[in-house]
Amino acid sequence: MLRVENLKKTYGETEVLKGISCEIKDGEKIVVLGPSGSGKSTFLRCLNMLEAPSGGKIWLNDRELTDENTDLGTVRQQMGMVFQHFNLFENLTIMDNIILAPVKTKKMKKAEAKELALSLLKRIGLADKADAYPSQLSGGQQQRVAIVRSLAMKPKVMLFDEPTSALDPEMVGEVLDVMTELADSGMNMVVVTHEMGFAKNVASRILFMDGGYIVEENDPENFFSHPKNPRCREFLSKIL
Amino acid sequence: MEQFTAAFITEDRWKLYFQGLGTTMEIVLFSTILGLTLGTICCLMNMSTTKNGRPTVFHYIAVTYIDIIRGTPSVLQLLIMWFIILRASTNGVLVAVISFGINSGAYVAEIIRGGIQSINKGQIEAGDALGLSRFTTMRYVILPQAFKNALPTLCNEFITLLKETAIVGYVSLADLTRVANQVSSRTYQPFMPLIGAAVIYFVIIKIFTILFGNLERRLRQDATC
Ligand SMILES: Nc1ncnc2c1ncn2[C@@H]1O[C@H](COP(=O)(O)OP(=O)(O)OP(=O)(O)O)[C@@H](O)[C@H]1O
Ligand SMILES: [Mg+2]
Repeated sequence: MLRVENLKKTYGETEVLKGISCEIKDGEKIVVLGPSGSGKSTFLRCLNMLEAPSGGKIWLNDRELTDENTDLGTVRQQMGMVFQHFNLFENLTIMDNIILAPVKTKKMKKAEAKELALSLLKRIGLADKADAYPSQLSGGQQQRVAIVRSLAMKPKVMLFDEPTSALDPEMVGEVLDVMTELADSGMNMVVVTHEMGFAKNVASRILFMDGGYIVEENDPENFFSHPKNPRCREFLSKIL
Repeated sequence: MEQFTAAFITEDRWKLYFQGLGTTMEIVLFSTILGLTLGTICCLMNMSTTKNGRPTVFHYIAVTYIDIIRGTPSVLQLLIMWFIILRASTNGVLVAVISFGINSGAYVAEIIRGGIQSINKGQIEAGDALGLSRFTTMRYVILPQAFKNALPTLCNEFITLLKETAIVGYVSLADLTRVANQVSSRTYQPFMPLIGAAVIYFVIIKIFTILFGNLERRLRQDATC
């Protein structure tokens, strides 16, 4: 579904991604772990070309994103992204946040988009907030809205960059619940997180990044019980 | 009292001041509209980048325009417009509107750029990630917030512009300042006409300041955005 070949990214002199290759199959939920500064966010942001890679290739199904002639807009419409800081549109109501993209990209008629938005909001228990503005919601509520805003585009894959690390502890659970439910519904996901419980329970595969490479790759059970790479062992011993 | 009569009553001179004020307001209003339009376009040009993040040719055009306007006196800009660029035109008000609109556009462009830079950049990324065009994100998300943030400064720019139009006498337009000047040279008593004009400017600007203040307060209370 998503294929990455020898992906590289440099900022000026520093090489952040030094050659990453991986393939994500349909139905997979990938969790990306790694120490701070290892390039997890950069990797994720390259997947939808928010950062332009310095080398390598990325395919979403049979479309090459790294091809200059690819229209990034239409590809990104198939890839949702959830950010650490929610990034809701502050001047728009929750409803308008959700329907802006489906309507403006001509994916849906306004009435259809509104109906979809309402059902998505019901799913996360926030239907009564449709007319509120982002600043009137708690962090956890905003992040749940950000998730359904992406879902309204009916993406093929969802990317999450530390979706819970800007939240107060008591709100982490509600966001992880929505993500778990989303995983159960069969969505393809790539999640950068420090929530080990989520990684254990939801991931179909874990990628461990260090120093710009994927240094270990395994299913959660083996990853947590038999880490092979020394950096990975060190990381897990600190966290668990 | 005699001076007052000479300055305002004789030959219905008070009407001249109102006509002058009318000319002033006409120029200010239309050049504000032109300035806002040019400024917004210029700001977007200034901030435009290519796919790989480099400035476009539009950026350089915008920067040059802003540089030239800010680096030359507005009186000269007006004179150049009147005597050189648009010398074929006989419509002085139109020339003044174009000149002040172009002048104000450069300042507005910078004000709006400031407004955009004060917005959380994540929203642009969110728009990108949803597959929206940059234009759509700008139009529906960024610019509305930028204008709101920039409103106090934009109001200042309006007031600056209002006072700056006092130079249109240079191209023989009878605005408020010119009228006052004409009356005083007719009566040889400059006190009343000049002070009178100053009071009129002051009152008009006070009224606008209060109106803008109310507008800003209303927008801020609108907890929403
Ligand atoms: N725009 C940028 N310009 C220069 N360097 C950058 C930029 N973005 C990231 N970096 C550098 O790239 C490296 C990897 O950053 P990245 O954000 O991908 O790490 P991360 O694994 O997501 O870390 P964290 O867990 O702290 O979020 C860091 O050393 C960072 O300083
Ligand atoms: Mg990160």
